[in-house]
Amino acid sequence: MAQVSLNNIRKVYPNGYEAVEPISFDIADGEFVVLVGPSGCGKSTLLRMVAGLEDISEGALSIGDRNVNHVDPADRDIAMVFQNYALYPHMTVRKNIGYGLKNRKIAAAEIEAKVQTAAKMLNLTEFLDRKPSQLSGGQRQRVAMGRAVVRDPALFLFDEPLSNLDAKLRHKMRIEIKALQRRLGVTSIYVTHDQVEAMTMADRIIVLNQGRIEQIGTPAEIYHRPASTFVASFMGAPPMNLIHAQCRDDRVVTNGGTVVATSPISGPVTVGIRPEDVEIGESCVIPFTVDIVEELGAHRLLHGQLDGQDFTIHVAKDVAVSTGPTRMTINQDAVVLFNAETGLAL
Amino acid sequence: MTDTRQIPVAKRPLKWARVLDHTILILGSLFMLIPLLMLLQTTTTTDLETIKNGPELVIGTQLDDNFRAAMFTASGFSGENTGLRMLMNSMILGIGFAMGKIIIGMMAAYALVYFRLRFATFAFWLIFTTLLLPLEVRILPSYEIAQKLGLLNTYTGLILPLIASATATFFFRQFFRSIPEEMVEAARIDGAGPVRFFFDILVPMSQTMIAAMFIIMFVFGWNQYLWPTMVTTDEGMYTLVRGIKQLTQDLEGTSIPEYGRANMLALIAILPPVLVVILFQSWFVKGLTESDK
Repeated sequence: MAQVSLNNIRKVYPNGYEAVEPISFDIADGEFVVLVGPSGCGKSTLLRMVAGLEDISEGALSIGDRNVNHVDPADRDIAMVFQNYALYPHMTVRKNIGYGLKNRKIAAAEIEAKVQTAAKMLNLTEFLDRKPSQLSGGQRQRVAMGRAVVRDPALFLFDEPLSNLDAKLRHKMRIEIKALQRRLGVTSIYVTHDQVEAMTMADRIIVLNQGRIEQIGTPAEIYHRPASTFVASFMGAPPMNLIHAQCRDDRVVTNGGTVVATSPISGPVTVGIRPEDVEIGESCVIPFTVDIVEELGAHRLLHGQLDGQDFTIHVAKDVAVSTGPTRMTINQDAVVLFNAETGLAL
Repeated sequence: MTDTRQIPVAKRPLKWARVLDHTILILGSLFMLIPLLMLLQTTTTTDLETIKNGPELVIGTQLDDNFRAAMFTASGFSGENTGLRMLMNSMILGIGFAMGKIIIGMMAAYALVYFRLRFATFAFWLIFTTLLLPLEVRILPSYEIAQKLGLLNTYTGLILPLIASATATFFFRQFFRSIPEEMVEAARIDGAGPVRFFFDILVPMSQTMIAAMFIIMFVFGWNQYLWPTMVTTDEGMYTLVRGIKQLTQDLEGTSIPEYGRANMLALIAILPPVLVVILFQSWFVKGLTESDK
């Protein structure tokens, strides 16, 4: 177990493309950090630099108290779980899990004991003599986990480990991975493009966009206080509503003249409102036109227009709704204002 | 009581197109097989009968005599080139040729695919263009080199100049490129260096590919004629394919050509490649069409 520290880590490819702009952050011992962002945002590159699979162009990386910039992946005391599992197809589950130990010249009896422990932890004991091709997706995923766990590393790295699974299994494995990480207390970096995984698993989320950090924070901070319109629109499903408006006379007014919030500043802003921070009812004041009602069982989503701008509202299942004009109120505590030009939170 | 009535099975109507298909296939296989069967028949009769009557429909009694003559009687002056000896030489050539090509091809492909080499692509195309320079084109210089290295009449001389293989390198390169990159990365994190990755991961994963290559190359090596004729002058080094030629040639001036013996040897020469193909054929198809990754 160890803390990890990235100090101005940068990645430039030989063709001059800067995949990761200088990035710095620290990960505490035992912390579960999720790197999230759209494809091409540099999250995988960053993870691969930590793993040692990609050279670090600039900056310093340390795991524990050791600078590992030029340390071989095998000697960084890390374990990695890959998106396609990367199990060795010709080896049994037992050999797959034990291969890393065997290469480290550990005695066969000890390897067997460790493999058994790991297999037990992951409910793989009965599959130890099978080949990966004889396993289901979820079981393969667990073998990949086993290969990481058995080494007892200082740092776990996960590269979109759940994206090859179906939705139901993904949900299950999400919980299993999180529980396992809690139990073992191993520092972890987890890369995903799925904001639900990020929200549910992370102690801390790092949102990346175009090789830059957009925001670092706990899931609640990221969700409720997004640092930029990018974070606001990337995190949450459906994403935060973003409305163009003007601030004047302590009020935030849309182009259609509707007052949606109050603020002492002046000038153009983007107003961020989460769909669930809105209530509808006849006694409310803000006019809203419902175009489509999405029935989701536990709740409904109303897609419509607020002064000609797209807006989504999340309502409980017992609220009576129909398409057409209605009225709504906005929970003022939950409103986030962004600079209209830079997209940064004010 | 169990119901013993059978569920009526719809009788498939006889399709004339199908009959035609099969007729063509049967005729085709007869066309291939009859010469072989004729050969087989001549190995069971005495040479005199073969000359008098040609191939017949009766099976004679001379099979074991002919077999013994083919396998254990030498045809040359030295008394070394018995059928058995030539069979062994052919085996050594076939297996050595196939193994050599596989080993060299795999290692070359490994270097090309997994290491950041300068001019790797250029090197690959250079290797590939050697397909345009088969043995027949370079036979004089190759012979001279073999001769200067003292490789004439040795197994090394028989095999070594033939094993550099663009074909095997190409197939292994394509195969390695289809293995996901994560496999290498997982192995690196698992502490496997280049050598261990090659032997622990790559070689076992390439099994079907190796088998497919082995079949092609074994048959190819077995059927080599020109090069063995060039480098072996010592009768103890003759391979079957060139030995049969020698056998019939030797007999031209003598009283009766030894049909039974020569044909027996020809049949024996066919057997190993056929067996290799039959034994490995399921792997062969797998290796060239799919891969278990």
